[in-house]
Amino acid sequence: MSWVWSNLDLIWDRTLDHVVLSVPPIVLALLLSVPLGALANRYRVSRGVILSAAGLLYAIPSLPLLIVIPAVVGTSARSPVTLIIALTLYGIALMVRVVADGLASVDPDVRQSASAVGSSAWQSFWHVELPLSGPVLLAGLRVVAVSTVSLATIGAVIGVKSLGSLFTDGLQRGIQAEVLSGIVMTVLLAVILDALIVAAGHALMPWSRTPLPVRSRNGAPGGAEA
Amino acid sequence: MIEFRSVTKRFPDGTLAVEDFNLVMPSRKTTVLVGSSGSGKTTLLRMINRMVDPTGGVVEIDGTDVASVEPVKLRRSIGYVMQNSGLLPHRKVVDNVATVPLLSRVPRKKARADALALLDVVGLDRALANRYPSQLSGGQQQRVGVARGLAVNPNILLMDEPFGAVDPIVRAELQRELIRLQRDLDKTVVFVTHDIEEAFLLADQVVILKHGGRIAQVGAPAEILAHPADDFVASFVGADRGRRALHVENHGGGDILVDSEGRLAGVLAAASASEAKAGPVSGPGASAQGQDPR
Amino acid sequence: MNLFLQALNWVLDPAHYSGPNGIPVRLVEHVAFTGLTLVMAAVIAIPVGFVIGHTGRGRGAAVALSGALRAIPTLGLLTLVALVVGVGLEAPYVALTILAIPPILAGSYSGFEAIDRRTIDAARAIGMSEGQIVRKVELPLGLPLLLGGLRSAVLQVVATATLAAYVADFGLGRFLFSGLKTNDYAQMLGGSILVILLALVLDGIFAAAQRFVVPRGVSAGRFEDTRARSTRLAR
Ligand SMILES: Nc1ncnc2c1ncn2[C@@H]1O[C@H](COP(=O)(O)OP(=O)(O)O)[C@@H](O)[C@H]1O
Ligand SMILES: [Mg+2]
Repeated sequence: MSWVWSNLDLIWDRTLDHVVLSVPPIVLALLLSVPLGALANRYRVSRGVILSAAGLLYAIPSLPLLIVIPAVVGTSARSPVTLIIALTLYGIALMVRVVADGLASVDPDVRQSASAVGSSAWQSFWHVELPLSGPVLLAGLRVVAVSTVSLATIGAVIGVKSLGSLFTDGLQRGIQAEVLSGIVMTVLLAVILDALIVAAGHALMPWSRTPLPVRSRNGAPGGAEA
Repeated sequence: MIEFRSVTKRFPDGTLAVEDFNLVMPSRKTTVLVGSSGSGKTTLLRMINRMVDPTGGVVEIDGTDVASVEPVKLRRSIGYVMQNSGLLPHRKVVDNVATVPLLSRVPRKKARADALALLDVVGLDRALANRYPSQLSGGQQQRVGVARGLAVNPNILLMDEPFGAVDPIVRAELQRELIRLQRDLDKTVVFVTHDIEEAFLLADQVVILKHGGRIAQVGAPAEILAHPADDFVASFVGADRGRRALHVENHGGGDILVDSEGRLAGVLAAASASEAKAGPVSGPGASAQGQDPR
Repeated sequence: MNLFLQALNWVLDPAHYSGPNGIPVRLVEHVAFTGLTLVMAAVIAIPVGFVIGHTGRGRGAAVALSGALRAIPTLGLLTLVALVVGVGLEAPYVALTILAIPPILAGSYSGFEAIDRRTIDAARAIGMSEGQIVRKVELPLGLPLLLGGLRSAVLQVVATATLAAYVADFGLGRFLFSGLKTNDYAQMLGGSILVILLALVLDGIFAAAQRFVVPRGVSAGRFEDTRARSTRLAR
């Protein structure tokens, strides 16, 4: 505990580093997933290609990806950019499917009525389909955010400073409190980002203030008609 | 013979589904339990094969208290057909029909051969044997359900709103088939429905239930139609609503069910064999069902 | 591309195929460790998932648990356990088992839960015993989702086992970390490619198994790539 008090500055600095590393990938993943997901939802072929690619990407372990990226993109092996690219890719891998499924779940009647009142496909997408799949996107984004914050710590093993540095440093110097404070701060950061996203969702989608309905279990009470 | 003596069922949550129910269901006859939703029909039916155990009273089959029979053994000896067929989605039609015989260690080959024969019995093309339930229409699924119910050659067949989820035309067809089957097979059938016309069409004995499994009236269809016991029965039968005002007319040898506009609504199952063969619900009956504006 | 050629050279170099630090030994370690972790996690998670799927009780707790575990950084958990338990295989084994539980749990309870109650009711009504209902109805119908859960757990474990080489001397991850230490990029990249191949192969095997076990009569669409749900990105 005394380690924490005498190293508040360090913890704070690493937390700021962590924010800088994890927020851009979350934003980028969202921005890139929407057009990709829309494209996946549009044609059979594009759906197959995009979702398979996302599935493959998703299967690639994080540390090897961090090491492969510099060889492909030409970034420096120990640069934060490498980490941001990797986190963005994972975010997209998860989010694209969410976007495609969210858009696909929009009631075709609603879509048709939008085009019946003369909306172009473009307008209908922005004013009807995207907002209606908002709650699904929000749920997906929350998963992406929490995962990204947690995953960003891995950069520490390739030398990118983040809350993960408290793990590597703590292990080398044998300080449990340092590792523990890294875990606590990572979780805290994830929780705060998650809350911010939920709040933003409520502000943007006041109609979905009620929590998503939990799928009820089959059958009436007692399955009387079974 | 199935006998209910002072049977009561109170569910753990306190719901009194059936109270002091007494009834004899004669062997080789069709008893139809009819009543609105929640009146306790399913609960009564399921007390026969111990899917539900009564909290009071006794249910006997041919003098044996069902409580003394091991439930799995009891259920395997009784056919059960339910709404939405309850078929196993991951098994082909023929394997669904053969499920219970296979569980009872009937050799696979014989079980399948018997199952195919049963498809004939319920009027299904053998070509459907290798389909999965999801590849059948609702009416076909119900036929498979009936075939499965018959697979152990049970004396008793329990049917819980088996035709409740199919469209009126198919339902009329299935009802006709059931009448034919029952004539050939002579089972003790207990049939649950909320459709009074279906009850009159199929039953030897109709049991009209009020809430809590209380019996409003028991009797042959003609009796109930001729002499409704009280206003509840009268309104249930539809006599006072001017809707279809069902009544029975005797046309030389067979009782037929006629609605207020004189249209044929059906031939009572108790009608003589020759009459029934002429087609229980030929043409007009079926279309009357189809036009029913409910 | 030159970098990849060097990595390929490293992978194909016969000198890297013998001894306790050879590719075959490391690969076997990695696979065996992944398998053991998975078995342990499955032994814990499947029965619990079965109960949750049946009773609906504890579902909220399971969802909260997998959410909470998603937020906990794997590297942090590994280093903390290593500091507490000491460097060695036990620490990663415990940590990885814990991390593998949520996806398997989610797969098994959603698998059992997704089965139509009326199908089970009908099976009971025609005289299946409780054991037969589990074996002949619930397992075949729940298996695709259960396998989906195992599939995400496998990816999780393969990835985390790579990281675990940071605190224990085992598995393909060793090549990554010793390469990092000595600035031997060819070794790092070669090791990374091996891990990625392993992950893709295992994922492919599970994908095929999943397709294989979807009962023919059940609409396949329901089970289409279910592994992405309720899993974590943090690997
Ligand atoms: N397992 C159960 N637990 C509690 N109440 C039940 C259960 N099954 C049925 N009930 C209640 O018992 C009453 C009779 O139900 P049921 O026999 O299914 O009626 P019906 O088949 O005539 O619609 C209803 O009020 C129903 O809600
Ligand atoms: Mg009922």
